[in-house]
Amino acid sequence: MIDIRRQRLSEQRFAFLILLPAAVVIFGVVLFPLGTTFVYSLQNMELISEEKGKFLGLLNYARVLGAPWFWQALARTLYFSVVSLAVETVLGLLIALLLNTRFAGVGLLRVLVIVPWATPGIVTASVWRWIYNPEYGVLNAVLTRLHILGEYRAWLSDPFLAMNMVIVADVWKMTPFAVIFFLAGLQFISASLYEAATVDGAGVFGRFWHITLPALAPTIAIVAVMRTVEKFKAFDIFYVMTRGGPANGTKVLVYEAYLKAFSNLQYSIASTLSYLIALLVLGLTVAYVKALRRGEMA
Amino acid sequence: MRNKTIVIAIVLLASAAGLFAAPVSINALFMKQAGYQEEDIIGGTRDFQAAFPNINVNLTFVPYEQLEEKIITSAQAGSYDVVLSDGPFTAKFAQAGIVKSVPPLSAADAKDIFEGALSSTMYKGKSYGMPWLNDCKYLFYNKKILQAAGFPNPPKTWEELAAQAKVIRDKKLVKFPIVWSWAQAECLTCDFTVLSAAFGGAMFDKDGNPTLTASGNKKALDYMVASLKDGLTNPSSLELTEGDVDSTFIKGDAAFALNWTFQFAEGQDASKSSVVGQVGIALIPGSGSVRSATVNGGQPLSISTGSRHAAEAWQYILYMSSKDFQKKYPKNALPIWKSLYDDPVVIATAPEVVKIAKDQYSYLVNRPVVPFYSEFSTDLQVRIQECLQGKKASDQALREVQAKALELAARK
Repeated sequence: MIDIRRQRLSEQRFAFLILLPAAVVIFGVVLFPLGTTFVYSLQNMELISEEKGKFLGLLNYARVLGAPWFWQALARTLYFSVVSLAVETVLGLLIALLLNTRFAGVGLLRVLVIVPWATPGIVTASVWRWIYNPEYGVLNAVLTRLHILGEYRAWLSDPFLAMNMVIVADVWKMTPFAVIFFLAGLQFISASLYEAATVDGAGVFGRFWHITLPALAPTIAIVAVMRTVEKFKAFDIFYVMTRGGPANGTKVLVYEAYLKAFSNLQYSIASTLSYLIALLVLGLTVAYVKALRRGEMA
Repeated sequence: MRNKTIVIAIVLLASAAGLFAAPVSINALFMKQAGYQEEDIIGGTRDFQAAFPNINVNLTFVPYEQLEEKIITSAQAGSYDVVLSDGPFTAKFAQAGIVKSVPPLSAADAKDIFEGALSSTMYKGKSYGMPWLNDCKYLFYNKKILQAAGFPNPPKTWEELAAQAKVIRDKKLVKFPIVWSWAQAECLTCDFTVLSAAFGGAMFDKDGNPTLTASGNKKALDYMVASLKDGLTNPSSLELTEGDVDSTFIKGDAAFALNWTFQFAEGQDASKSSVVGQVGIALIPGSGSVRSATVNGGQPLSISTGSRHAAEAWQYILYMSSKDFQKKYPKNALPIWKSLYDDPVVIATAPEVVKIAKDQYSYLVNRPVVPFYSEFSTDLQVRIQECLQGKKASDQALREVQAKALELAARK
């Protein structure tokens, strides 16, 4: 009896020991920076400042929230998130419905559709930058040859157009993510439901509206939560394609934080901004999860 | 018994290692881009190690865009001893304690280096690096297009350039005669620095007070707006950086372009260029009493604050910027030393470029040497772009940049 207990204890100790390095790493690279960033957001941590290290309390938060550039960047981030998410969801649903039917080659298509999503963000952004190139980009060549466009145009030279062109690139990359989730959701819907509905005289749209959509609602909500969080953090695509330009038209929150920290050396403002972004994302996630729970109870 | 043997072996090994003086290892950060190429730097480093066998140099290459971030994030840890900096970073890095100050050069050496290159390493009377990569923008023109338009010589003033461009446009020799790097990036500030100085303007006075509303700056901005409106400037310029300007020019789609030295070699490279033999390089035009003005694109080598081998790092920097190194590798970057421009080896690499370079370097203009430069530059780019897009008048845009600069200068 005693022997077994001793063995168990040492097993626990062993488990603790082998988990320790991982724990140290996680605390070191996640919790410590989180704490330091928060402390920075309460201080003057502008490296070129003469008052570096001075405790400012919530002044940085007041400064950021009172600055027009913050609200402009937030508006751009929201526009980017909402529009790209809406397009990705609708497109993703349509493609998933198509790939859920049986036809020759559907297996291959299901594999191919994942390719854009599997491509690294930096690569996607570079490829789209070339596609949009005003002088030798494929988009101009195709559109002029199809006589849709009279002459070559500069796609990333106008602030609003540039944002929409970035959204197109993001939609191309991230729609497959929605497709995979929706496809999985669709396969859980029992075929007998559709058969019953058909017998009752429901048409294609009726079946979609009353069976498919309600059954997929939780999946749509999950995709929406995950993608919103990701979109608020979008950085690589802007870094490569537009660097926030033209005329700040694509300067989203995270890119703004990056510039403040690594170009302006304003670590306190960048930390404050990072915390505000995290709070926003947290708020959105809580709202989504609540909505999802309410939906489940109804 | 066995344990004893192991202990003795370890002690013996340790003392044997102590007999040889451990070489010092230093880490150096360079960029993989225009100017000196990787093989030049590797070659020079090998020569250095042959001369100083006790200093071992590890090289890291990153794209220019990552350079600043790498220097800043590694400064405290001292991951790199030697870092390739950039002129506009000097004031900021010095003020924030990112790089160390370095010993002054001898009077003779200082006199032999182009003044603009040397002053870009200075902040508040101290030197924070050694000029290493020398570069500035030049006027590139397409000889064939200019001849077809009836101009035997490139323009000497910006007004003349506009007049030539009008003829070229009207004769439909090329759709848009001029191409610029006016994307919202550092390259836009570079082009504005050139034009502002050419029209007699300056963004800051000698004491670092902003002077954006000076008439030369407005003339420069108005020139940009007019050339865009008149269809002389390629409207795509608003999203182009230097690499794109190069692609456009060597495709033969522009008669004029401002760019760094590398475009000359690109234009002669038959595998990429459709204008081989047609590339002309000239002094950047001036206006009125200003003969010419160009922007300093030179980059110094500096010592990171966290370096634990500053003396060895400085030795390496001096070697890499020495006349020996710069004479041995003149193909991709021209020397910082004035006297080397009369050296037959250097001249032979690109006679046409060396001839213009020697003249052009006398008109080097530095981008503002202020610690808040990055923030200022970003703001300037945005206001200029708003102006180019017709959303703001030039004087309003400049007034706004002036207000921003005053605010940045007042911030403690």
